[in-house]
Amino acid sequence: MRLERRHQSSRAALVLAPVGAVAFTMAVSALLVLWAGAPVGRTYALLLQGGFGSVFAWSETLTRAIPLILTGLAATVAFKARLFNIGAEGQLFAGALAAVAVGGMHGGTGFELAPWVLFPLMMLAAAVAGALLLLGPALMKNRLGVDEVVTTLLINFIVLLGVSALLDGPMKDPAAMGWPQSVALQPGLELGKLIAQTRVHTGLVWAVSLAVIVWAIFKYTVPGFDIRAVGANARAAAFAGVPVTRTVVWVALLSGALAGLAGAIEVAGRTSYVTLDMSPGYGYTGIVIAMLAGLHPLGVIAAGVFVAGVLVGADTMSRAVGVPTYIADVIVAASLIAVLVATLLTQYRVRMK
Amino acid sequence: MTDLLDILANPAFWVAVLRIATPLILGTLGVLLCERTGVLNLGIEGIMVAGAFTGWLAVYAGAPLWAGVGVAALTGMMFGLLHAFLTVGLALSQHVSGLGITLLATALSYFGYRVSFPKVNTPPTIVPFAPMEWLPVPILNAQTSLTLFALLLVPAIAWVLYRTPLGLALRMVGENPQAAESQGVSVAATRTGAIVAGSALMGVAGSFLTLSAFNAFFFNMVNGRGWICVALVVFASWRPGKALLGALLFAFFDALQLRLQQSGDAVLPYQIYLMLPYLLSILALVLVARKASYPQALMKPYRKGER
Repeated sequence: MRLERRHQSSRAALVLAPVGAVAFTMAVSALLVLWAGAPVGRTYALLLQGGFGSVFAWSETLTRAIPLILTGLAATVAFKARLFNIGAEGQLFAGALAAVAVGGMHGGTGFELAPWVLFPLMMLAAAVAGALLLLGPALMKNRLGVDEVVTTLLINFIVLLGVSALLDGPMKDPAAMGWPQSVALQPGLELGKLIAQTRVHTGLVWAVSLAVIVWAIFKYTVPGFDIRAVGANARAAAFAGVPVTRTVVWVALLSGALAGLAGAIEVAGRTSYVTLDMSPGYGYTGIVIAMLAGLHPLGVIAAGVFVAGVLVGADTMSRAVGVPTYIADVIVAASLIAVLVATLLTQYRVRMK
Repeated sequence: MTDLLDILANPAFWVAVLRIATPLILGTLGVLLCERTGVLNLGIEGIMVAGAFTGWLAVYAGAPLWAGVGVAALTGMMFGLLHAFLTVGLALSQHVSGLGITLLATALSYFGYRVSFPKVNTPPTIVPFAPMEWLPVPILNAQTSLTLFALLLVPAIAWVLYRTPLGLALRMVGENPQAAESQGVSVAATRTGAIVAGSALMGVAGSFLTLSAFNAFFFNMVNGRGWICVALVVFASWRPGKALLGALLFAFFDALQLRLQQSGDAVLPYQIYLMLPYLLSILALVLVARKASYPQALMKPYRKGER
């Protein structure tokens, strides 16, 4: 078997590749539905209905999509420069903690500031916390040649344990009846509702705006060009005068900041305090979303909404026909692999010999 | 201070060290085999989960324990084949393929567990491997035969790598695939073989958790051990003997933190002790990084005829 590069691939093929790959994944996953003893057609219908079939379904899906779009963007920015940031989960928690540290520690230790002053400070703190968390691994990669995948992964475990220690101790809400839960944000710092009577909050506007900003950075700015050049071929980029080390540092700061903001926006928009289960792996799912979107910042919005819909729909479906919700994770992971293969086939022809 | 001496003088402590080290030894050897031919395998975390689950499920369904280990190895091989197809056959990013396999294998295992046991809250148990009490070696005779297998595998793999033509081919493919190909060694076949064999070991490493260390399957039971194996390979400079040493050293600190945590007069929150293994892994990576001699072709896809 060998691969031959195609001279050009059609635009239609590039769009159809992920769609076809997801359809293929759903077809294969049908075997799992059968194993669980449920009717395939009805199960998938319920999955789609639960994710996209009503105003309530859409509102839940969009709510879930907000952190996913942000962690998807974090992965996109980093992967474009071939900085494999697998630490978005930890960065998200660091951002959430920083948000509560600034916006929730009132009364005695905190800041007596008006919400309109405190809110930007809170978001800034979250972005900085996320960014700093990725700076270490990025520098270790650049200066020492330590693989960033392993370091960012290991840091996730350290951060989660650190959060756990803080929620048991200094940041624990005394009013939480013994639950490991942080103090809540001050009133006035929450994000407003986008649609009344639902949980969708204005964090969606933040997520979409940031996607557009990241897209514009890549498309129209010199640093954006540098990032793409470093990702395409770091050695050639250095030879052409691109400041590689500085670019990677900026990428790390931007990527970590986006993941940190994901945490702050979850706190400000949904929970108003930090718990250990506030993220069911949004950081890791963000990687899949970035790949599904072909590392295109605007594609991340679509991929984020799709994955959120599958995850939300799986809850409804599971209650109705008893297929375990883990099928959503299987579909998401298998889609990732299928999309990788499909994208490759748009660029290469496979010759068997 | 006397506390520490008490802990170290207690044979039970050293028994724990060896038990904690076993899955790390198996997993690290698995990663080492893959990386020696130039392929990173980040599927290990998920493959360990899948091995833990399928091995345990087979025994729960009535298979003998060793058959369970075999099933876990087979599960690892299947995911290894997938990784080989994606990274060797299609030359896709080794990072992304491995992460995809980790997510897929974990999700499939959890799904399979929930389908098989929809209503249980307390995980069903099996009768795990018994310790080798017949062995006249203290500490080792409190372990199960899987630990002995892991320990014997270290010299075996070292012998294959450094003393046989197969080992020469493996190392050559990882250092200089072009040269290997010109000597008539098939890069694709060698890499595929190494990934499949290495992934089988990762599956067995997972099965040690359910068939020997514990007697049931839990969610999150692998809990980053796979990633630690990836770090340990770097620490070991891709050498089986040093991999054993690294795994033991690591297990030593892990067992120590457990004891310190239990000894009651722990000054720090227990989470700080739990962080130690991960902090140590990062520290090991940083310390060794400067002089680490990576296999030259690591993470570089090889396409015949392309340079």
